[in-house]
Amino acid sequence: MIEFPKNSRRKFLRNIGFISIGFPLLSYNFGDEDSLLDQNGSFESNLNRNLRFANPVNAWLNVLEDGRVLVYSGKVELGQGIRTAVRQVAAEELELELEQVEVHLAETGVTPDEGYTAGSSSIPNSAMSVRYAAATARQKLLELASTKLNTPEEDLILINGQVKSKNSNLSLNFSEILDGTQLEMEVSKLVPLKAKSDYRYVGKSIPRMDIEKMVHGEEVYIQDLRFPGMLHARVLRPAGYQSKLINLDESGLSSEVSGIVKTVVNGRFVGVITEREYQAVKAESYLNRHSKWTPNPAFPEQKALFSHIKSIAEKPKNIKNQGDVSIEYAENQTFKATFTKPYLKHGAIGPACGIAMYDRKVLHIWSHSQGIYPMRRAIAAMLKMDEDKLHVIAVPGAGCFGHSTADDAAADAAILAMAHPGKHIRVQWSRHDENTWDPYGTAMIMELEASMNANGKIYSWKADVWSDSHSIRPDKDPATLLDTRYFEQAIPLTGRGYLGGAHRNADPYYSIPNMQVNAHYFDGPLRVSSLRSLASYTTIFSIESFMDELAEKAGKDPLAFRLAHLEDERAIAVINKIKLMCERENLKDGEGMGYSFSRYKNTSAYSACAAKVWVDKSAGTIKLKKMWAAVDVGEIINLDGIINQIEGGMLQAASWTLKEQVTFAGNEITSTDWNRYPVFRFSDIPELEVAMIDRPTEPAEGGGEVSMPPTGAAIANAVYNACGKRVYNLPITAEKILG
Amino acid sequence: MPKYTLHINGTQKVIDTEADTPLLYALRDYLQLNGPKFGCGLSQCGACMVLKDGKAVTSCLLPIASIGNSEIITLEGLVESNGKMHALQEAFIKEQAAQCGYCLNGMLMAATGLLNENPRPTDTEIKEALELNLCRCSAHTRIIKAIKSAAKNQTGP
Ligand code: FES
Ligand code: FES
Repeated sequence: MIEFPKNSRRKFLRNIGFISIGFPLLSYNFGDEDSLLDQNGSFESNLNRNLRFANPVNAWLNVLEDGRVLVYSGKVELGQGIRTAVRQVAAEELELELEQVEVHLAETGVTPDEGYTAGSSSIPNSAMSVRYAAATARQKLLELASTKLNTPEEDLILINGQVKSKNSNLSLNFSEILDGTQLEMEVSKLVPLKAKSDYRYVGKSIPRMDIEKMVHGEEVYIQDLRFPGMLHARVLRPAGYQSKLINLDESGLSSEVSGIVKTVVNGRFVGVITEREYQAVKAESYLNRHSKWTPNPAFPEQKALFSHIKSIAEKPKNIKNQGDVSIEYAENQTFKATFTKPYLKHGAIGPACGIAMYDRKVLHIWSHSQGIYPMRRAIAAMLKMDEDKLHVIAVPGAGCFGHSTADDAAADAAILAMAHPGKHIRVQWSRHDENTWDPYGTAMIMELEASMNANGKIYSWKADVWSDSHSIRPDKDPATLLDTRYFEQAIPLTGRGYLGGAHRNADPYYSIPNMQVNAHYFDGPLRVSSLRSLASYTTIFSIESFMDELAEKAGKDPLAFRLAHLEDERAIAVINKIKLMCERENLKDGEGMGYSFSRYKNTSAYSACAAKVWVDKSAGTIKLKKMWAAVDVGEIINLDGIINQIEGGMLQAASWTLKEQVTFAGNEITSTDWNRYPVFRFSDIPELEVAMIDRPTEPAEGGGEVSMPPTGAAIANAVYNACGKRVYNLPITAEKILG
Repeated sequence: MPKYTLHINGTQKVIDTEADTPLLYALRDYLQLNGPKFGCGLSQCGACMVLKDGKAVTSCLLPIASIGNSEIITLEGLVESNGKMHALQEAFIKEQAAQCGYCLNGMLMAATGLLNENPRPTDTEIKEALELNLCRCSAHTRIIKAIKSAAKNQTGP
């Protein structure tokens, strides 16, 4: 039996006295990130709520022997720079140099259970919790120092980890202040925070420290971990989702491929362990050639996907009803449009990897999962083991933007490690499997209908959304892990996952007196889960394309038309900003500008986006020339960090918009590699310009997803303005321009 | 199993492996180098790039038996013997030209290959030279900026 929590923590502390601050985390124990995150208000109200319900305190901030501070965060590094943001807020409140703050990210038994790192929640939840804990520590440290130095608190100043007397040269560092005392306390009230005007780090551009390691080829990623005696493995996936294994002939395997350690077969799970990595690649290929599977039932025809979706959808659920959409006025004009979006891939540049080792007591797992605690619950259920016999350590992988294949690779490694105890087993997924077994972002349809009065004001709005689940992330249900469904005693996936993401941002943020939103859920032909920004990319693509169409019908300028339907000052500010940014753009023949706006989740960050494209009318080719974004995420923690994420989001969403779709034909998924699932390459890259509106007194929102939703419509609107062709079905390709 | 002597980052390494083992696996699995990354194994993404006689090439489909006497430089070999970083490494840090950074090996290798041949590339030349290299986090504009600033620092204003 392992006791990670106390032992691991105290190993750092060596009984020199410490202050250990526990604080309530907003997202510490939920089964479904997104539905809860949708309800998030500001930290303050949540802190109150948490305290009111006396939620367990489960996160820590410790003072180390040398006076530095160690912060535990249950979030994982995805390339979004969370380590730096946590370091900034802790150093700020405690008046430390950035180097004086260590951050320990997700590890079961060591860091708190913060659920998934998803939904742009790391800043509002984890970083804000750390801020309050650090402020509590600061208050306590000053109080203790005052007694020790026999100096009133007002005569003390805190500077670079030292408490100094203003009137003498007495000073103490944090561990001297504690001097053997062991304090365990909680954030029990709203402690005073440092004045924002005194900030040294927060709101500034603080370079991430991990980029230096990356450019040196140091050990950064799970793929880089090596353990003495580590073995390699690959898993042979079935021929299709529903294929059954008819026959597997391994008789010639060892003579054809050297270094075979073991094959592990359990129902339709086929794994092979080898000494060297390339041997595993060859072994998988051998097993592939020497196995027979029943064919997967045929997929619907790609061309007919959306009519298929409509045919299998459940009865609609009414999500929102405001005013009365059924009232019709003779003088109002009604408009309709239907938009579609195909299945999209996560498309991490590094396919999934998992490492596991069973030491005959504890199963250790290294994973780039976005939620190590929920994944531990799922793997424990899959292996029928006690959860506390599993120890999971988060290690970064390649950026994967949602629930991708990381958890499945960890499950593969766990199964093989249990079958071959005492050795570290490293499972690396192939590009083919990464592309064909990914839980995609679901295909969607959005139908819109609006009636507008003679003054160009929208009077009523009706939206119908067709969508599969937007999150079937691993948690207690072991069938959320792929392998479980293919065991001899298979457990089928029965849960529908998180459906709430399906109508995220489906109700426009505009003031419209009568509004109705209906959701039509379906259980589609492809495996799905959460992809960056969930449904918002589709709903905002549809709404903002439609807003341009309505503006045109009303004879209004598209931005003025939006402004006429907005009341929120912050929304108006980002639109005015984007207008200013693009004012001087001159358009050449064949060029067009397009705009769009959204407030993420209708409760979080604001962004207005613009795109300039050139369309070759005879060939249909689209050249994206420049994109702009004006963004308000409330209080900014790391200025360059947030700009980096916004830029990346704009380009990734532009790639979705102009290039991407998962393809299938017959009984196969055919977008198996980068040639068949093309994404943006350097020749596609436009210029980018991002402006941030800092609102230091507003709650800090995450920025990882905010730029995705408006990008699609900005491009679609620009294409329309460039060539007169409105494209309703993503991706926007030459074929559709000409068609 | 055959033995292969490779010239890697200025030293000679002997590797005992099958003739069809791609260079990428030799570097990562036998020589424990982290620079070159596995991304596709299909020569479609550039994650596995190394310099082969000064030119950036993908290593995931390159059998070890075909390397012969070529000089291979990996990301680890970009740093000078006195520990000084290559101008490109410095520029990528300065421009914070990464999110997850998984693609950076390929970006740095392709950019080094480019600057070896063309010390002052234009934006278009940079884009052409890096066309094979994918970045899902989409740090492209920062990567272009970093390469331009490295080119400037390398050759003087
Ligand atoms: S791994 Fe070699 S090009 Fe992708
Ligand atoms: S930084 Fe993540 S793939 Fe390029």
